[in-house]
Amino acid sequence: MFALFSALESGVIYAIMALGVYLSFRILDFPDLTVDGSFVTGAAISATLIVHGQNPFLATIAGMLAGFIAGCITGILHTKGKINPLLSGILMMIALYSINLRIMDQRSNVPLLGEDTSFTLITGFWQKLGIDGTVNNLLTAIGLGESLPKTWGIFFVMAIVTLLIKFVTDWFLRTEVGLAIRATGDNKRMIRSFSANTDSLTVLGLGLSNALVAFAGALIAQYGGFADVGMGIGMIIIGLASVIIGEALFGTKSIGRATLAVILGAVVYRIIIAFALQIEFFETGDLKLITALIVVCSLVLPKLLDARKEQARKAKRRQLHRQALEGKGEEIAATKIGS
Amino acid sequence: MKKLLQLKSVHKIFNEGTPDEKIGLSNIRLELEPGDFVTVIGSNGAGKSTLMNVISGVLYPDMGELLIKGKSVLNLPEHKRSRFIGRVFQDPMAGTAPTMTIEENLAMAYARNKRRSLKRGITKKSKEFFQEAVKSLHLGLENRFTAKVGLLSGGERQALSLLMATFTEPDILLLDEHTAALDPSRAALITDLTKEIVSKHGLTTLMVTHNMQQAIDLGNRLIMMDKGQIILDVDEESKKQLTVERLLEEFQRIRGEKMASDRALLS
Repeated sequence: MFALFSALESGVIYAIMALGVYLSFRILDFPDLTVDGSFVTGAAISATLIVHGQNPFLATIAGMLAGFIAGCITGILHTKGKINPLLSGILMMIALYSINLRIMDQRSNVPLLGEDTSFTLITGFWQKLGIDGTVNNLLTAIGLGESLPKTWGIFFVMAIVTLLIKFVTDWFLRTEVGLAIRATGDNKRMIRSFSANTDSLTVLGLGLSNALVAFAGALIAQYGGFADVGMGIGMIIIGLASVIIGEALFGTKSIGRATLAVILGAVVYRIIIAFALQIEFFETGDLKLITALIVVCSLVLPKLLDARKEQARKAKRRQLHRQALEGKGEEIAATKIGS
Repeated sequence: MKKLLQLKSVHKIFNEGTPDEKIGLSNIRLELEPGDFVTVIGSNGAGKSTLMNVISGVLYPDMGELLIKGKSVLNLPEHKRSRFIGRVFQDPMAGTAPTMTIEENLAMAYARNKRRSLKRGITKKSKEFFQEAVKSLHLGLENRFTAKVGLLSGGERQALSLLMATFTEPDILLLDEHTAALDPSRAALITDLTKEIVSKHGLTTLMVTHNMQQAIDLGNRLIMMDKGQIILDVDEESKKQLTVERLLEEFQRIRGEKMASDRALLS
């Protein structure tokens, strides 16, 4: 139960990162590996600023802005430098590794123990509201009383923030600029013939995507109590896993539906990981392997299932056809005998 | 009256100085009056598409000048030029965004001649306008407004592309073999729509086609291209007496050889 709860908590935070990956990967059709670096950039900047006594909320926003700039540079590498999307992302990711170390003053880890973070502030505020008692009483009453979390504050506040970001994203993707960004990922030639500058739209889209990723990085650092130079490794795969799982489970009929699916996908992913780690055999170090397996499964399984369904349908049709033919054969035989 | 489109001695050579050197356009001079509907024919590699790409800004000419309404547009990139140039491509998939709905596609086309802002892409007012516009296609698309364009057939998508390229009344409409990839009945439908829309808005149009009959039937002027040059320019009066046979004879007379494209002959 406790593992499940922390999966929910971190899930809603990672959902912001997944929304960022959704923007680049799905909306812009740009597999952007900058994510691995910009996640850490967000974490490093916010952690460093907090250690230096800055307001944690301001520190988080500063991290987000840095992510925006990193994404824009990837976009410029691709559009102006004509470097292929994957390579521009990888280049930026590698460059950010050194930059992140510089931000953290050449230390690979910045602990936040004993510092005021966004979450200690939120928890403090939340406890004054006295909602925890009510929620816990309620859960105890319906028989879920064992091992309740210390506070619901982080979960509720983060769920609200994430949903807010979701609604802003939905709104943005329906504005004139948003429509043009979606068309850039869908059919560049077409939107160029309608006087849209696909280069600057790509740069803007990647900037926004990485701003969300860095925002999530800043929050995860404060949630976990440290920023680490290696914390972004495989982040793009986690984001992809969330996007793919979410889309498969909850559908993509409209933009609003798709962004909700991505958020839920991120939470489901955390829950899967939490359960996987409860299995004796697995160790914490296996996390990335499990993630890769999840992504492989969620990419391959739907195709296999579709192929199976298609086969079954064909077999059924053939059988019906044969039955119909046999029926006719009997009819013909009957008429022959009759005549 | 001011000329709408002027090309002055436009040259374009591909792979210049290599064994693959190929003349795209050679000394093209072309002037279009407002309201002209010019059809362009020629065999494969004659330079028709190159001409379209130079006008729309996809390609930059090696030499020459390009004026729209008397102003040089050579230094405007493609996306800026497309404020006043509407375009329909040969590939029915090329003119629309498949994962977006019909109304979203229309909204993007509608935003052509202004700066895109953070205002809602689709408003109540624009929605009504789109409904009216789509009704004029007589395809029943107005009832499938929130359907994704990828679900439409090739003919429907091409009709929508044509509408999107024209309903903001661009100064110039470029049609690049826009019926070539469709089956005959769909092609006829798009041809009729083209006629209707062009005359309704009085659009200055340049239409490339492989179909000689179509080139003769449509428009008030016909030009024939070969090896990057305009080899024949037929005005409205003489175009009325034109037949496919006469066109082929004319080509033979000018070039001293038979027209090399089976496709052009058969169509």
